[in-house]
Amino acid sequence: MRYMPVHQYIPNSVPQIKRQMLKDIGVKDAEELFVDVPEKIRLKKKLKLPQPTPECVVRRHIESILSKNKTCSEMLSFLGGGCWPHYVPALCDEINSRSEFLTAYTGDVYSDLGRYQALFEFQSMIGDLVAMDVVSFPTYDWATASGDAVRMAALVTGRHEILIPKTISPDCSSTMRLFCESLADIKPIQYNPENGQLDIRDLKRKISSKTAAVYIENPTYLGLIEAEGEEIGEIAHNHGALLIAGVEPLSLGLLRPPGDYGADIVCGEGQPLGIHMHFGGALLGFLACRDDERLVSAIPHRLITITPTERKGEWGFAYVLPQRTSYSARERALSFTGTSTALWAITAAVYLSLLGPHGIRELAEAIMTNAHYAMKRISEIGGIKVPVFKSPHFKEFTLNFDGTGKTVREINKALLKHKIEGGKDITKEFPELGKTALCCVTDVHTREDVGKFALALEEVVK
Amino acid sequence: MTDEEMTGYHAVSWKEPTIYELGRKGRRGFMVPRAEEGTRAVVGDVVSRIPKKMRRKGLPKLPELSEPEVARHFIRLSQQTFGVDSGISLIGTCTLKYNPKVNEALARSPKIADVHPSQDEGSIQGVLEIMYKFKKLLCEISGMDEFSLQPRGGAHAVFANASIIKAYHKINGELEQRNEIVTTIISHPCNAASPAVAGFKIVTLYPGEETGYPDIESLKVAVTKHTAGLMITDPYDTGVFDSNIEEYIKIVHEAGGLVAVDQANANCILGRLRIGDVGADLCHFNLHKSFSTPHGSAGPGSAPIGVKKELSKFLPVPVVEFDRGKYYLDYDRPQSIGKVGEFYGVVPNVLRAFAWIMTMGADGLKEASEVAVINNNYLIKKLLGIRGVSLPWVERHPFRLQEARFSLEKLKEEAGVGIDDVNHRIVDFGVQRVFASHEPWIIPEPFTPEPPETLSKEDLDRFAEVFRKVCHEAYTNPEMVKKAPHNCAISKVDPAASSDPKKWAMTWRAYIRKCKRQRSSKKEN
Repeated sequence: MRYMPVHQYIPNSVPQIKRQMLKDIGVKDAEELFVDVPEKIRLKKKLKLPQPTPECVVRRHIESILSKNKTCSEMLSFLGGGCWPHYVPALCDEINSRSEFLTAYTGDVYSDLGRYQALFEFQSMIGDLVAMDVVSFPTYDWATASGDAVRMAALVTGRHEILIPKTISPDCSSTMRLFCESLADIKPIQYNPENGQLDIRDLKRKISSKTAAVYIENPTYLGLIEAEGEEIGEIAHNHGALLIAGVEPLSLGLLRPPGDYGADIVCGEGQPLGIHMHFGGALLGFLACRDDERLVSAIPHRLITITPTERKGEWGFAYVLPQRTSYSARERALSFTGTSTALWAITAAVYLSLLGPHGIRELAEAIMTNAHYAMKRISEIGGIKVPVFKSPHFKEFTLNFDGTGKTVREINKALLKHKIEGGKDITKEFPELGKTALCCVTDVHTREDVGKFALALEEVVK
Repeated sequence: MTDEEMTGYHAVSWKEPTIYELGRKGRRGFMVPRAEEGTRAVVGDVVSRIPKKMRRKGLPKLPELSEPEVARHFIRLSQQTFGVDSGISLIGTCTLKYNPKVNEALARSPKIADVHPSQDEGSIQGVLEIMYKFKKLLCEISGMDEFSLQPRGGAHAVFANASIIKAYHKINGELEQRNEIVTTIISHPCNAASPAVAGFKIVTLYPGEETGYPDIESLKVAVTKHTAGLMITDPYDTGVFDSNIEEYIKIVHEAGGLVAVDQANANCILGRLRIGDVGADLCHFNLHKSFSTPHGSAGPGSAPIGVKKELSKFLPVPVVEFDRGKYYLDYDRPQSIGKVGEFYGVVPNVLRAFAWIMTMGADGLKEASEVAVINNNYLIKKLLGIRGVSLPWVERHPFRLQEARFSLEKLKEEAGVGIDDVNHRIVDFGVQRVFASHEPWIIPEPFTPEPPETLSKEDLDRFAEVFRKVCHEAYTNPEMVKKAPHNCAISKVDPAASSDPKKWAMTWRAYIRKCKRQRSSKKEN
């Protein structure tokens, strides 16, 4: 006996309607429609799944599971490292909850004009931030965008070696390696142990006519500002290699855009642009390049161009070189694309429209000021070295606890008793740095928050 | 239905400028929280700390608007977008089913939205529990032994599976020899593209003229000592289920290869067939298709991959595990392929799909697949009654599963109107365009409607009626169809920018630059 013969999401589950439809089709039983599926391989038993459950019960059940989570507003968190806490303006959630954007998929420009236009505006605003004329459809996250970027470089240059900074995030380098395993070798460049910057001498030693690209991050995974972008770009170009820059977008309110210091390809993570953290499940990779036909042809993802229509006063949009993507070229594309992160791209467009040129600069300044305040405040505590590197930082910085005799794990555990999530433990990621944590301070942290963090740290390291 | 009823639709048409043409210099849309005074007093001018050569000169040229202007602009753009909630959407291979609102409310709860991925395990037990239980549900639905939730879309999942196939042969010392993946042309193109990115050569099989899928003999020829694996979609995008699948799997296994079945569109087999039971080694599901999570205007999607026990050691890290009353993220997997992306996958979609499976239950899943297939065959019956429409392999496969790939070859021959024209015209009646086909078009003038279980009989009747009217119009007034759309927000776009580097402009700044150049070159002339 079925719990309910008619399902609320299935209008034709009413038995009479089904019978009528089957009659119209010309069969007696729905099973006849599955004739192509050999009897032998059909599932004979019922799946061991829950019974159909009413919405109110499902909701109560899931909410009770979720209540076991602690959110970043229920405690004080200083975690970053690829997913960061920033204030999300209410309008961002309002627009990405609009059911038209939320439930649309792949209509064409005539049915989905608004979707095309919003994505073009996303491309445009990222273009303004990074100073690049070409920006593609968004992709999954920074790591996969960097994987796309290095593949593009290898394909365009016909070379098979990529140089990356040793300070790159492990998630990023692991993904990048997997993406270009068959196409290029990835070689790390040392960093200067004093200031954490890319070691230019090591770069000069390793770069050669085999190098397809030099990839740098700005700010780096460890939070500092890479000052020699221009020089690194010149070195790369002198060897016929490309410069790829991975960037955090809010920092570009203050930092020179990579398009201005010679980058050929830019990638990065757009989650700070009005998107909640969602346990790292709401990321937005972006990919940009110079307006060079060879580079454009190597972009894996869809690209929207603005274009006129037959009627005056209207904007139209179209896909650029659609035959280039894996949808059309299959294995010849030498890349893949698919369902990406459009809803977050639309959200980022809303966010950047709200901030505008002045807002993003002010926000970057506020974030950087808060982070520097935190570094100053924590540096007063004995035994903690902050930051590990003598360089300007943006919103993240390293804390070294070697002088306290305690591990990051021990310290973070003790901080939890103060309802504080300390920095991310990167001791295993960078053993040469000793007992080190990566901390993040942004616009969501007040002076009081930083004070609490410092006081708790002081007590914990004692 | 009278013509009046058919043509009453008109899309919202705001003639909305781009956001760069809106607003005024000096307007602000967000009041930025400045660093507090005491903080600033301690830190001083932070900008001066940035080395001069790394400071931004001037401001980024973002638009300048107040919040009400931004709100209006994007609300208008949303109104000019045709979502699943807006009306009848039958874009094939996409499974555009209704996205239940309760799942949306749950996914947007601060209890998930405001959680950081690197938090202490004690503070993320709730989300880990959902991820763990969800992968167990997927194991039950697929007949696989282990799942990773990390891949963020179908093509990404196929790439992850290709990487696992690679890792498997590498450990066995056979990767150099086994450098080929066999697929079929009627499989989703990512089954060719993604393994190519992983470094494999691709061998593509074509369907037999009578059967609609490759015959066993052609597979036997394609499978050699070089075969690393078979990566195919089943059921195919033609809506035909390849009933040789079990035999294929045997052949590939005997030759030492692995089999990955793309189950992105599993809507028609839920509770009816488990590809793991049939012998597949790997598979993936698209949560944004069969499992009802919203498509988000083209993502975020989510595409968990399932594998048999012997392959689970290769899955991306971390895997969610449960031991002694605690859920945890297991990174200690030395043979893992590593990361396919950051963190753990599209967790809010996992949550939505978890809620959906709970709501549906085993009975509901089977009901969904049954009604989706009834809907499809009902629509086939209706569409085949329209002059100009045909269904390749109809004699061999009169009944299809989740969708069907039709042809308008006859309409094109007789009236000169093809699928692109028809698609531009049907949207005039307030239904979404239909998917044609991935390329290459092995079926001439193809179209692939997919009516999931959440559409009503009335929806299908209306869609068929619109299609009938447009095909009739193609014979009687072809210009009307060719000049379409007429009732949409815009008229026909100029396609020149699609392929002309001098004209394409993927950003407003590029448009301004190219526009100026055109204007100045016109002046010079």
